[in-house]
Amino acid sequence: MALSIQTSPLARRRKAADKAFRVVCLLSVVASCVVLVYLLFSILQDGLPRLNPEFFQNFSSRRPEAAGIKAAMMGSIWIILITAAIAVPVGIAAAVYIEEFSPKNNPLTSFIQVNINNLAGVPSIIYGLLGLAVFVRFFAMDRSIIAGALTLSLLVLPTIIVVAQESIRAVPDSYRHGALALGSTKWQMVRTQSLPNAMSGIVTGVILSLSRAIGETAPLITIGAVAFIATVPENLSSKFTVLPIQIFDWSSRPQSGFHQAAAAAIIVLLAILITLNLVAVLIRARSQKRA
Amino acid sequence: MSSRTVGILTLLVGSALAACLVGCGPTSESGDSGSKETGSKSGGVSGSLTIDGSSTVTPILAAVAEEFSKTHPDSRVTVGTSGTGGGFKKFDAGEIDISMASRPIKQEEIDKAKANGIDFIELPVALDGLTVVVNKENNWVDHLTVAELKKIWEPGSKINNWKDVRPGFPDVPLKLYGAGTDSGTFDYFTLAIVGKEKASRTDYQASEDDNVLIQGVKGDKGALGYFGFGYYEENQDDLKAVAIDNGSGPVAPSVRSVVGATYQPLSRPLLIYVSTKAMETNKVVGAFMEYFFANGSQLVEEAKFIPLPKEVLDVVKKHFDERKTGSLFKGAEVGLGIAEILKRETGG
Repeated sequence: MALSIQTSPLARRRKAADKAFRVVCLLSVVASCVVLVYLLFSILQDGLPRLNPEFFQNFSSRRPEAAGIKAAMMGSIWIILITAAIAVPVGIAAAVYIEEFSPKNNPLTSFIQVNINNLAGVPSIIYGLLGLAVFVRFFAMDRSIIAGALTLSLLVLPTIIVVAQESIRAVPDSYRHGALALGSTKWQMVRTQSLPNAMSGIVTGVILSLSRAIGETAPLITIGAVAFIATVPENLSSKFTVLPIQIFDWSSRPQSGFHQAAAAAIIVLLAILITLNLVAVLIRARSQKRA
Repeated sequence: MSSRTVGILTLLVGSALAACLVGCGPTSESGDSGSKETGSKSGGVSGSLTIDGSSTVTPILAAVAEEFSKTHPDSRVTVGTSGTGGGFKKFDAGEIDISMASRPIKQEEIDKAKANGIDFIELPVALDGLTVVVNKENNWVDHLTVAELKKIWEPGSKINNWKDVRPGFPDVPLKLYGAGTDSGTFDYFTLAIVGKEKASRTDYQASEDDNVLIQGVKGDKGALGYFGFGYYEENQDDLKAVAIDNGSGPVAPSVRSVVGATYQPLSRPLLIYVSTKAMETNKVVGAFMEYFFANGSQLVEEAKFIPLPKEVLDVVKKHFDERKTGSLFKGAEVGLGIAEILKRETGG
């Protein structure tokens, strides 16, 4: 009986479709892996010989063999730390408010919610233009680190808020009810139950959105990050450059020496990104073990 | 527990850092702007100089800035790269001291600067010859006339095969590579070849990055592309430059033909515009320009562009010393030697 069903034409068709689907999926994986491996290989081949201590200690130079990423690397670090310092507290606080305090089923709340979701999908260059108009021009911050960091904060805020909301929502209501039943205030409940239990999800989301910010070029070029600077940032009003802009500048030069320098800078940027992602993975793994 | 600790630590470190930075900010900031006003200190000038504009000109000014910073350690020179048009927008708004351009300033850009009370000195800094290149294996082309190039590049052109370019050319598909529409190179090429700025067919491989175009032309037997002379020079083993016939016989692009203005109409000057207001308030601007006049030629060459001939550079320096303001270019024009243009009295 069972045998006859398996060999019926319908069953064979289903099996064939099943196989085909599996092959298509496998091919997609292989295709993307091959491209990735090829890219990594060619970048490593071009860039590895350039990765020496001088590369990190030198500023950009007109001589490709002397060009280094000191200004770009310090700029990227400053930008990302300040962006985190601005966007993380604001983002988490906003998520806490929407999830724990704002009235549910309120038209205003859902209006805000829709807008945050939409903002998460706005192209980054738009944030750059906004940053130029608001921070650089209106608030006269000039082309400073703080203007760049505020612009990138706007860019990552929607993502951070959405991820933090999801994590807070995933905390079972019974925890909240328990805390409230024991007489804690809402602040105590958020502090002792919601936030601690949501924290691993929030941190993962924060790190992933900051990794996006560290690779952004367009909004920073728009607000006026520079291509050549021979000083490292000293304070919030310093002018600056970042790794992606340095890579962009070098890769468009005619001399092939600059292309190797660009490849080396790409390796550094990749290493930073992989480290950040690794931290996110570790945090998630730890929290799962706990749960 | 541990993830909670990590999370809270992240928050704490972040906020602490923000507090520190905000706290430290103003003190050092005031020191910075203070030094900008006071000017000379221990022999050299100090303060900041902001340059922005054409990405084509960026390597030249970045090279000058690099060397200038070594001899003037108290100065801070930054070079941005937001494009010729983007640079003029910032220049007109008074946000930068020097604007770099791969085409002369336009009338509307002059008007805007005037409206904001900004006057400028226009200084050619180098020459470039836009080079038309084909694949190394292309053995049928040694020169093209301007008319043929126009036929290929004009808007709506249907020429997709070499045999339609000139009778006698083989039946090989023509693939085009050219500058992206935001670049000054695109503006200049279309004006010189088609006769109208930004008038170009659109079905070609466009990139702002000349290295992408080089790769394209290298890998395609029927390819034709154009970009700056320096990019051709660096890749001349893999590419073939096409001589251009502007009515008086084919001329190949070379340092000599660009300087002698016989390579026409694709020779172009690269320019900078110095704000006179910035010169008055900021001593670094003057020192930087002096440095450029003394050492610029060699740095221009290292940046893979063609330096101005000595006598032209002398005229440029004279204009600068006399603070001759305004633009010598009557808007968009091509085909004139730089020496001729400099002889003109300042217009507008």
